Amino acid sequence: MSVKQISVFLENKSGRLAAVARLLASRGINIRALSIADTSDFGILRLIVDRPEEAYRALKEEGFTVSLTDVLAVAVPDRPGGLAPALEALSEANLNIEYLYAFVARHADQALVLLKVDDRERAVKVLEEAGFKVPSPEEIYSL
Amino acid sequence: MRVVSGLRRGETLSREELRELQLVRLKALLVRVYERVPFYRRKMDEAGVKPEDIRSLEDIRHLPFTTKEDLRENYPFGLFAVPLKDVVRIHASSGTTGKPTVVGYTRRDLNLWAELVARIVRMAGVGRGDVAQVCFSYALFTGGFGLHAGLERVGATVVPAAAGNTERHVRLMQDFGTTVLVGTPSYILHIAEVARQMGVDPRRLKVRKALCGAEPWSEGMRAEIERTWGIEAYDNYGLSEIIGPGVAGECLERQGLHINEDHFLVEVIDPNTGEPLPVGEKGELVFTTLTKEALPLIRYRTRDLSRLLPGPCPCGRTTIRMERVMGRTDDMLIIRGVNVFPSQIEEVITSIPGLAPHYQIIVDRKGYLDELEVQVELAQEGFTGSYEDLESLEEAVRHRLQSILSITPKVKLLEYGSLTRSTGKAKRVIDRRRGGEG
Repeated sequence: MSVKQISVFLENKSGRLAAVARLLASRGINIRALSIADTSDFGILRLIVDRPEEAYRALKEEGFTVSLTDVLAVAVPDRPGGLAPALEALSEANLNIEYLYAFVARHADQALVLLKVDDRERAVKVLEEAGFKVPSPEEIYSL
Repeated sequence: MRVVSGLRRGETLSREELRELQLVRLKALLVRVYERVPFYRRKMDEAGVKPEDIRSLEDIRHLPFTTKEDLRENYPFGLFAVPLKDVVRIHASSGTTGKPTVVGYTRRDLNLWAELVARIVRMAGVGRGDVAQVCFSYALFTGGFGLHAGLERVGATVVPAAAGNTERHVRLMQDFGTTVLVGTPSYILHIAEVARQMGVDPRRLKVRKALCGAEPWSEGMRAEIERTWGIEAYDNYGLSEIIGPGVAGECLERQGLHINEDHFLVEVIDPNTGEPLPVGEKGELVFTTLTKEALPLIRYRTRDLSRLLPGPCPCGRTTIRMERVMGRTDDMLIIRGVNVFPSQIEEVITSIPGLAPHYQIIVDRKGYLDELEVQVELAQEGFTGSYEDLESLEEAVRHRLQSILSITPKVKLLEYGSLTRSTGKAKRVIDRRRGGEG
């Protein structure tokens, strides 16, 4: 149940992020979610898009330093206290989260959380056993 | 079918025969320059040495050095030993600081030059049947014309593609079935990048060898070129003042570069004191051109640092070998009192997986302290998407540099392709301490 995430290494100089967005736009690729982690020197842009393989190839061809990473998506209720039980379940199962970011789906009262964990398969099991829905990659790409 | 012809007599003399030949040639050279070059007559008179005082090769230490400044002060033709009408070719080295240094060749010099480059080419196992693409500039710089003549001499099919227009290089390689690339190591690596951008896998081309020269490079860089292209890369050495390429080159053993000693007498000196060093010690290379006509030079200080590797070579050549040049005395950075060569930094960068061999060294002064910043590109396949991996890469570079240089540098990772690529000698160092870049 892994969702393909695109990671792009970006130097902190103006116009780099715009260049990524412009390239994806020109290929008609839609960004579903994004997050940026940065230091003073560089940043990592993480993207969930509707056509990840195609976006990956396009970025690589344009010379971007890019990689595809498997992440996990989990749906949590979009209300106070929605996220905490999911994280607690993972923590109790001793699963480490490297990073996560979230977005709120348009049509439902749920938020989607994207997680990079060390043992994805076990995390899926833990979350499902705790009563959370783990959407399929197709559901995420087509949101 | 490739035909690589055999060794020349000058490459296989016994050490005694070679020394005899060198002494005869040295004596004749001194007579010639004393008669014909006022600069040398004056210098030798000042030093109180006459040509006939030199009775053994060891006596050479009584002769004065020649420096790049001497060439500049006698710009353009002041050190020529023949009238200009006998000079059939002029080359010059780029004058990044001040006037260029001008060198001249008689017809016999050009013939000798081609012969000596031909030796270097044969040493690397290149010969008739090879299609050799020259990626050096063909201009005042000696690289292009020098390699061209030597390659023709061995019977290779020479493609004078010259530096620049990199996409055309790739197309020519595809269309002509190029088997040998000739250029600076940094440019040869860049051609592979451009090939990939064009959708051409460099490893699938017919290229089998590269003859690299004209800039100091590291073993790590060699490994990178060999891996990227799927070829063998050979080092060769020369400088325009001495003749251009053709002074020394690697044989198939690749354990040092054989110096064409029957035409160039080599010494290694302490760059600070000028005193000759025992064989095997690291110092500045000094050459005396034994047979050149237009521009004979006595004890020319190259500013290149290396050491001699005595002992027989399995290839059968008896000429002494020199270690690859680790850098020039003028490239040496002194950072907080520590001597740093760009090649040391390159060695570290190319030894760490995940980094591309494209880097820049920035030296600056904050207050009273020198600061070293190393900017290096991530390899395209080296990026995993993980923040931790990037941090440990930075830490690995910092740690390795710190352990060899005793300075903790700032390390900055760059996007692949971020630094400008060079078609000739790569510019790696920006020293802001001197005010301005350079």
